[in-house]
Amino acid sequence: MLKRTALFNKHKKYGAFFGEFGGYEMPLWLKNGTKKEHYAVLMSAGIFDTSHMSTLLINGTESRDLLQYLTAKDLDRAIGKEKKPLSNNKSVYSLYLNKNGHVIDDTIIFQLDKDSYISVVNASMGEKIIQHINKFNNGSIEIIDCTGNIGKIDLQGVLSVKALYTLLKDPSFLDDMKYFTFKGSFNKNTSNGDNLLTKNGYPLLVSRTGYTGEIGFEIFVDIEYVEDLWESLLNNTNIEILPCGLAARDSLRTGAMLPLSHQDIGDWPFLNNPWTFVLPFDDGKKAFTKEFLGDKALLNNNRNEYTYPFLGYDLRKVPSNGGSIVLDNNGKQIGITLTCVTEPSIDRYNDRIYCINDSQKPDDLNIRGLSCGFVKVNKIMKIGDKIKLSDGKRTINVEIVNTIRPNLTARKAISNFL
Amino acid sequence: MSDIKNLNFPDDLLYTKDHEWIKKTNGNYKMGVTDFAQDQLGDVVYVELPEKGKAYKMGDELCSVESVKAVSEIYMPVSGKVFNVNEKLKDSPELINSDPYNEGFICEIEVTDENELSKLLNKDKYVEMIKGQIE
Repeated sequence: MLKRTALFNKHKKYGAFFGEFGGYEMPLWLKNGTKKEHYAVLMSAGIFDTSHMSTLLINGTESRDLLQYLTAKDLDRAIGKEKKPLSNNKSVYSLYLNKNGHVIDDTIIFQLDKDSYISVVNASMGEKIIQHINKFNNGSIEIIDCTGNIGKIDLQGVLSVKALYTLLKDPSFLDDMKYFTFKGSFNKNTSNGDNLLTKNGYPLLVSRTGYTGEIGFEIFVDIEYVEDLWESLLNNTNIEILPCGLAARDSLRTGAMLPLSHQDIGDWPFLNNPWTFVLPFDDGKKAFTKEFLGDKALLNNNRNEYTYPFLGYDLRKVPSNGGSIVLDNNGKQIGITLTCVTEPSIDRYNDRIYCINDSQKPDDLNIRGLSCGFVKVNKIMKIGDKIKLSDGKRTINVEIVNTIRPNLTARKAISNFL
Repeated sequence: MSDIKNLNFPDDLLYTKDHEWIKKTNGNYKMGVTDFAQDQLGDVVYVELPEKGKAYKMGDELCSVESVKAVSEIYMPVSGKVFNVNEKLKDSPELINSDPYNEGFICEIEVTDENELSKLLNKDKYVEMIKGQIE
C-alpha cells in the first residue's frame, strides 16, 4: 500500500496523474500538464507538495560532531567564499556517504541551534538514515522523525517572493533573506516562529532553497495547517500559481544541473562529477579539511568513472537510469545514461541556448525543448565533446556541457523579485 | 492517472489492446491513439510520423509518440498502407493531448483486409480492458 501526503485529496481534485515515488503515491503532473507547470516556475510561480520527503530533527551536544563525521560537507567551512562555519538559520547541501565513499542519500542540513539540526532526506530514506546515524550514536543524540507531522510545500519561481509576502503578517521579515538561509519555525508550540506568522495566524519555517534552480522557498508547516497554506497559495495571493508535479520538478532540476539521488549519484564513489563542491577538499585538492566516513576510500579511489552533464540538439530523449548506453565517436560503448529528460523551456539558436524567460530571445525562435541530463562514462571528457546515447532502438547525438538552462535565478537577491 | 469517467471513448471507433483507435470515414480509415493513451503519456512533445506510402502488417511498429515522461511505440491496428500522415503533428504534437480522435489523428490507412477489423475491440470491451489494467 502506497503512502499518501496530507495534500493527496487536493491533488486528486486538481486532476492529478499519480505515480509511485519513494513509496508514496505522488502527482507526476496535474491538470495543466508538465510543460505548463515547468513554464510557470520560469514565468510566474509553482507549488510542489514535497511532504513525502523525510524531515529529521537531530538534537544533542554531539550532534554537530556526528554530522561532521557522517556527511561530506565541512560544516566548519561551509558558508560563502570566506568558508565560514554553518551557523544558526543557515543551511547547506550535503551527502551521507558510506565507508566506501558511496552515496547513501543527499540532504539539506539546517542549523536551528548549535546543538539542534534538521536534516531533510529523500522520500522513504528517513528510517535508513536514522539507522545509519544510530550506528555511530553513543546515546547522546536524539533523532526525531518529523515526517508526517510536518507538511512541506516548495514555492518556486519568479513571482514566489511576491506571492509569499502577501500571505505573511509581517513580510518585511524576509527582506534581504539570502540563498540557503531560513527563518521562523514549524513548531506551533514555540515562540521561535512568532515573527513569521501567516495572516491566518500559524507559524512557518521558510527556507530560501528549493530544487528547481529558480528563486523560491521551501516552506515547512505543522501538518494541521498544510492544507490551509496550499489553498492560500493557490487562491489568496493575486498571483497565478500552478500546482506542479514531480515530472516538472525533474525537468526543472535537470535543467539546473542538480542531481537526483539514487540516479545521478548513488552506490558508487562520489567523485569526478559536477557536484564535488560538496567535498571538503583543501586548497591543494589532494587532501580533505576534516575526517569523515568515506574519506579514505575517496582519496584512494582508482575507478575510472566520470559523470558529466550533456545537452542534445532537439527534444528527443532516451530512457534514464541505465536504460541507455553512451557511445563515443567510434561507436564504442563508454558508459551509461543516468538522467535523460526533455527540458521543455530551452532551445538552440545559432549555437546559443535560449530559455523562454530570456528577453533577448530571437522573435523567430520557437522554443520546443532539448534533451539533457547526465552520463557516467569511463574516460575524461571535455566541454563540447560529442557522444551518442542509445537504447538500441533510438540513438541521439548530444554534447558534454557545463551549463544546461541559462540565467538561473536561485542565487539572485530577493530585492530583484519584489 | 485520471478518473476513467473523465476520459472519452466514442462509440463509433474500434480499439486495440495497445490503445490505438481506427475509424472509417468517407471510405477511408483514420487512426490515432486513445484518450486513455494520451492521458497516460502526459504532455506530448514530439511525434515521429509513419512513412507515407509504406505498407505495414497488423501489430507492426508504426511510429512513436514522445511525451515529457517517455517515448511510446504506436502499432498498426490492421494491415494496410499509410497514404496520408497528419503533418500538423510536426509543429503541434500537443494536438494528441487536446483532440486525440480528430485534429490529433496520426495517419490514414488503405486497409488490406477488412476482415481483420473483427479482431479489434468495440468501446465496451476496450473500456472493460482498461478498467482491468488500472485496478
